[in-house]
Amino acid sequence: MIAIIEYGVGNLFSLESSLAALGVESVVTADPAVLEAADQIILPGVGAFGDAAQKLRDTGLDQHIIAQAKKGKPLLGICLGMQLLFEKGYEFGTYDGLGLIPGCVRPIAEVVPAGYKVPHIGWNALQFKRENPLFAYIKDGDFAYFVHSFYAADCEESVIATAEYGAPLTAAVARGNVFGCQFHPEISGEVGLKILKAFSERRASQC
Amino acid sequence: MITKRIIPCLDVKDGRVVKGVNFDGLQDVSSPVELADFYSRNGADELVFYDITASSDGRKLFTDILRETARKVFIPLTVGGGINSLEDFDRVLKCGADKVSVNSGAIANPDLVEQAAKRYGSQCVVLSVDVKRVDGQFRVFAKGGRVDTGMEAISWIKRCADNGAGEIVVNSINTDGVKQGFDLPMLKAVCDAVSVPVIASGGAGCAADFVTLFQTIPEMDAGLAASIFHFGQVHIPELKEILAQKNIPVRR
Repeated sequence: MIAIIEYGVGNLFSLESSLAALGVESVVTADPAVLEAADQIILPGVGAFGDAAQKLRDTGLDQHIIAQAKKGKPLLGICLGMQLLFEKGYEFGTYDGLGLIPGCVRPIAEVVPAGYKVPHIGWNALQFKRENPLFAYIKDGDFAYFVHSFYAADCEESVIATAEYGAPLTAAVARGNVFGCQFHPEISGEVGLKILKAFSERRASQC
Repeated sequence: MITKRIIPCLDVKDGRVVKGVNFDGLQDVSSPVELADFYSRNGADELVFYDITASSDGRKLFTDILRETARKVFIPLTVGGGINSLEDFDRVLKCGADKVSVNSGAIANPDLVEQAAKRYGSQCVVLSVDVKRVDGQFRVFAKGGRVDTGMEAISWIKRCADNGAGEIVVNSINTDGVKQGFDLPMLKAVCDAVSVPVIASGGAGCAADFVTLFQTIPEMDAGLAASIFHFGQVHIPELKEILAQKNIPVRR
């Protein structure tokens, strides 16, 4: 069973539907006992880094997520959920993230050349940087759907895929049992479903 | 490299796709769920559902269909039609919409775009504008293109983008239904005015019209059409093949 963390950020309908289509049981929850019982955890999220990080702290979920990840339970952050895995975010201020992956989150506008629109919206090709079990069922160059104005920086040793947008933007990261996708696998068609399938097959002992 | 998006649009009334559909291998051609599923398996990059129902029964049917579609179709789904308040945003987002398109609702309540962007994020708010030339000016029309608002279109679009609209769908009333190609001067004017993604709508009659669109306006992000896809005049996989041959990046 996958626990999808509910903390008042974003629309979870597509994510729940994707997992259901894969035949994977999921539950939307903010209950630490359910996180403990789950085989894997997904941290979703859209919106601003500071607000979301604050919501995780206010609810105490941050400590539960960190504890589960440190125990080796597979954790997947999606979009803002991926960004929150890092140490710091620079979106309308400076905020602490969960610190599970070294690195920070910075504005795309700082790295992409003039003329590139921000946000980075649409289907872009994943360029693999490292082999990873998350990519078990997809291939280099497959497309995923992105919507974001900030990107993960200073995290070279964790990057497993980038997307070319005038600069190589961090598209997916992994550090042991902690995974992150900047794109939205739940609306990235077959490719997205295959990534979620690969994640759903991770077990704590494998990581 | 980011790809150019091809977006079929489905007008839905009383639970059925309004314009007739003519496909081989589709059993129930007027079912929005079946058609959406077909498109998502055949190269569509996103889907737009427009609810053109007037009755409350029809509205309930629409949200049921939306929910059923979102359970089967895993590409971005934009929903428009009858979006006049934050409650309307909430209603369709809860049923699986990924983005919400607002048109007349934003004209009636110009704060709606900003309120929605604050609550749901800009990525979720799409401004749809029906534009027609009047006295040499691009003019915003409301109520499905029937009512001249008197507002100049480029400044309206800029204002909404500044207020948080994350994407703009520009539908040219001048070229809509004519099938002689997109309204390039109008679309170029919009692209020059805003830095958010712009989606071209109105006028596509054949694959070459999409080639011309993306070659003439390289910063254009997407092309939207309805009947040419529904009637099978343009098949999306073939369209993408043609675009790729012209070195226009597409997802295949």
